[in-house]
Amino acid sequence: MNADDKRLNRLILGAAAALLILPWYRVRSGFFGFGWLEDVISTPDLWPGLVQAVIGRWQVWPVLLLVAATIWLRIATPSGAKRGRTMIWIGALGLIWLAVEGLSVGTRGWNWGLLEATFGEAAGQPAFGAGAIILGLFFTCMISFGNAERGALKGDAFILTAISILILLVGVFVFYPIMSIFTGAFQDFDGSFTSEGVRRNIVDPRIWSLGCLTGGYCGVAWRTFFLAVCTATATTALGLAFALVATRTRFPFKKGLRLLTILPIITPPFVVGLALMMLLGRSGTLTQLIESGTGWELGRWLYGLTGIWLAQVLSFTPIAFLVLIGVVEGVSPSMEEASQTLRAGRWRTFRKVSLPLMAPGLANAWLIGFIESMADFGNPLVLGGSGGVLSTEIFFSVVGAQNDPSRAAVLAAVLLFFTLSAFLAQRLWLSGRNFATVGGKGDGGTHSLLPRRVAIPVISLVSLWSLFTIIVYAMILFGGFVKLWGLDHTLTFEHYIRAFGVTFGENGIRWTGVAWNSFWTTMIIALIAAPLTAAVGLITGWLIARQKFPGKTIFEFVLMMSFAIPGTVIGISYIMAFNLPPIQMTGTALILIVCFVFRNMPVGVRGGVAAMAQLDGSLDEASLTLGANSGRTLRRVILPLLRPAIMAALVYSFVRAITSISAVIFLVSAKYNMATSYIVGLVENGQYGVAIAYSSVLIVVMITVIGGFQLLVGERRLRRRTTQQIAREAAT
Amino acid sequence: MSNPQRGAVEFRSVRKDYGAFTAIPHLDLKIEPGQLVTLLGPSGCGKTTTLRMLAGLETPTQGAILIGGQDVTRLPPNRRDVTMVFQSYALFPHMSVFQNIAYGLESGGLRASEARAAAGKGLELVGLSGLGDRLPSELSGGQQQRVAVARALVLEPQVLLLDEPLSNLDARLRRRVRTEIRELQQRLGFTAVYVTHDQDEALAVSDRIVVMKDGHIAQDGTPRQLYETPASEFIADFIGEANVIGCDVISVEADGARVRVGSQEIALPARSASTGAAKLAVRPNAFRVLQSGEGLAGKVLSAAYLGDHFEYEIDTAAGRLFVVDGDSTTAAAPGADVVLQFRGAGVALIA
Repeated sequence: MNADDKRLNRLILGAAAALLILPWYRVRSGFFGFGWLEDVISTPDLWPGLVQAVIGRWQVWPVLLLVAATIWLRIATPSGAKRGRTMIWIGALGLIWLAVEGLSVGTRGWNWGLLEATFGEAAGQPAFGAGAIILGLFFTCMISFGNAERGALKGDAFILTAISILILLVGVFVFYPIMSIFTGAFQDFDGSFTSEGVRRNIVDPRIWSLGCLTGGYCGVAWRTFFLAVCTATATTALGLAFALVATRTRFPFKKGLRLLTILPIITPPFVVGLALMMLLGRSGTLTQLIESGTGWELGRWLYGLTGIWLAQVLSFTPIAFLVLIGVVEGVSPSMEEASQTLRAGRWRTFRKVSLPLMAPGLANAWLIGFIESMADFGNPLVLGGSGGVLSTEIFFSVVGAQNDPSRAAVLAAVLLFFTLSAFLAQRLWLSGRNFATVGGKGDGGTHSLLPRRVAIPVISLVSLWSLFTIIVYAMILFGGFVKLWGLDHTLTFEHYIRAFGVTFGENGIRWTGVAWNSFWTTMIIALIAAPLTAAVGLITGWLIARQKFPGKTIFEFVLMMSFAIPGTVIGISYIMAFNLPPIQMTGTALILIVCFVFRNMPVGVRGGVAAMAQLDGSLDEASLTLGANSGRTLRRVILPLLRPAIMAALVYSFVRAITSISAVIFLVSAKYNMATSYIVGLVENGQYGVAIAYSSVLIVVMITVIGGFQLLVGERRLRRRTTQQIAREAAT
Repeated sequence: MSNPQRGAVEFRSVRKDYGAFTAIPHLDLKIEPGQLVTLLGPSGCGKTTTLRMLAGLETPTQGAILIGGQDVTRLPPNRRDVTMVFQSYALFPHMSVFQNIAYGLESGGLRASEARAAAGKGLELVGLSGLGDRLPSELSGGQQQRVAVARALVLEPQVLLLDEPLSNLDARLRRRVRTEIRELQQRLGFTAVYVTHDQDEALAVSDRIVVMKDGHIAQDGTPRQLYETPASEFIADFIGEANVIGCDVISVEADGARVRVGSQEIALPARSASTGAAKLAVRPNAFRVLQSGEGLAGKVLSAAYLGDHFEYEIDTAAGRLFVVDGDSTTAAAPGADVVLQFRGAGVALIA
């Protein structure tokens, strides 16, 4: 029996087992709870696929037929190109059938009026369960194994399967939700087609009005765009200033500046807004100081675009800094030295050589700032006041009294259009324009110092902004210990006790604090999501960096594109896609995990690609020529060498799962509430003290995790990559 | 189960495209078992692509590759009975020397203890016993190179592939290691395909040299054949240095041709030449440089002293010639008139 036959045997066994044992449909109480086992006999919905077919669910018949065809194929035909082609057909037909029947038949029968008119009534069906999912994987493997038998990619079944499954996952968890937004926009409450909602919203002056140019009020799309442009410009300028100071001056606190770069990673996105409110809000410390000093009435200026802008610049400058440090350091010193030997002074060198060389990097940082600002949800939510931005408008059009899904869909499409345009600009227009390359050849020399007339303003700007940042973060740490901010500044542990109180009763420890529930949920979900994210990301990175397969560039492009989809859009799309069969996950922990995995995957991919680029390709080739297959090569050679990168990806996805809010806020449920959405809830109720206390705890937890990781990895012998680098790769 | 063809390699009408670029348009090549064959050529000539196709790291666009009589064209590298020594050695940095050598054995399903024993023999083979527990980073360049060879050899492949194995070593070490590789190959009798761009290396180690240019085989033969009877100007210049000058073939007979260069007449092997104008490849040391006498008259343009010999550039009726003179004890000064006489060796008609 050859390898092809063995592989197929295992696959058929798996499919048969799934059809005979696993429940075909979704188990409401949760598959892994195994509580359903008691009710199997009495509940038809829990019966496996084969039984479902027998009791008259016609949807399962084609699946059985295709599995039977596979068994017959295994017995009747020897392995080879011919069998491979048939296997691909079976796999493709199976996947298409699952998609078609799953989307056509919902809980209450046909999903589409047209089908009901044609075929008559159909019995409703629940969402896909373990059995159906395994069969979906079976058909996917049929495609990849078929390709392997045809000799594609030298018949490497491991790589083919990895690629097929990744495409399936990205299709189901990135594209299907996005498509659902658009179908959702054109659907009435009862599921029938209507373009009324879209027509109403697409011309809505509240979205598109340009009235502010003539002194009126602008639509939310333009306001968001305007805000993003301002934020991107400010963060790029400040980021460049920081990068220059950190690399090209004798500024004494350079190490401290680099610490700044960790801030955006560990700060939940709305925390800066919250701190600003405490500092500059109506009863903020600084406001009161100024008002009592001058007698002016400062009012509510912070609530609106100005405040959001300030918060975003504070939040995203470190990201621009992170990107631009690489750019500034990447300009080869020998270029600058060459310029100086050609009789150019420092100022001329800076203006004519250094800056132009950095230009593409600056444009890149600008576009990243633009996307970040567009996608930001936490700060506008806290500081938006009456005039929100696209991301918050989307949120309020589904959760608020409006409940207008088609409006949410139109707004999401507009937001997606903006961010994807920026992403495309970054990818297509900027790619290949990067001069700043650090070659493998040792480039001697050091960067020349900034000319005086640049250095002085830049250093003052950086010092002031750093001071402001420090004050803002001090507020966060301090605010948790104050009784009532702005009114009663008595020091107290009250908020911490309320949030994280623990009592020791006769039943042992009791977690009485209000925060514990969401805290533990967050930790557990982040702990589950992190290894999955890292695994998916690194395997994808390995495929992209090391394997050649047709459509690879598109594959990579699409993966990276998912990074430019704002969290709010992801959140709303997941609700629309996964609320009803065929795939139903809302209200579970699973939807949160899946969301984190696919939202943070591009970070892992970038990390993987970057790490792989540092590994000589001949190492894998050597392993292959020494008789190891791809799986063994990955396991024995690549993964051990990537251990630091894996650790970094783990930590990073863990931390991002804890701090993210935009997508999460749509997906949390009473049972599975996450820390960030819980804190936002506290803010909305005006419980700033507890909110701040909880945020500080989160920040401290993350500092501990990252610090511990740095200590651990910093000692590694082979190579090391810091969280900073990972974050930079993620951002660029 | 001794396979008479074990170790034989054959490329049948192989073509390799990279997108729109054709790296190898058409390659037919047979390699006899037990030979060390060098693929030689300038960078970009397709020699590495050829080697990588043989290893299975690239797949030919068309044609077939046979190893030991078996068609391996579509087989992945791990299912082919060849191993490779990489230019960068590609030693796994996280494994000890022992683990590196045992890696391939374990991939093939050998038990750890057996693999360890075999790895020990491999180490002994390259004279590194006792260094098994070190990491590759703790070895010198030459030692790393030997580990790479041992790692490839312990699998007892039909064919050993070597991709510029010496290019990361310094000049002195290079000479020693190439001798060692050749000795090992002669002693164990495996087939080896060796890629290099260094013609000295190729001449020193090979049973046979295949010179490639732009994806074609420019000439194929023993080192001696290539050096003494280059088929083209390219080969003449690539294998050792050569002056290419015009000449007249006066007569062609069974035992040789008579060729006139300027006023000189010399007898050469005919090599399918016909009478009339032809080209001659003349090695720099094929001349005696005399103050006066019969021969090709010329004027010294530049002269350099290199310890054991002089190098001249000399302007003659046949063109500017690069001449190496190892006989004289005093140099001719630039501007001096000299006469060049053929020694009799180091001259060949180019087809």
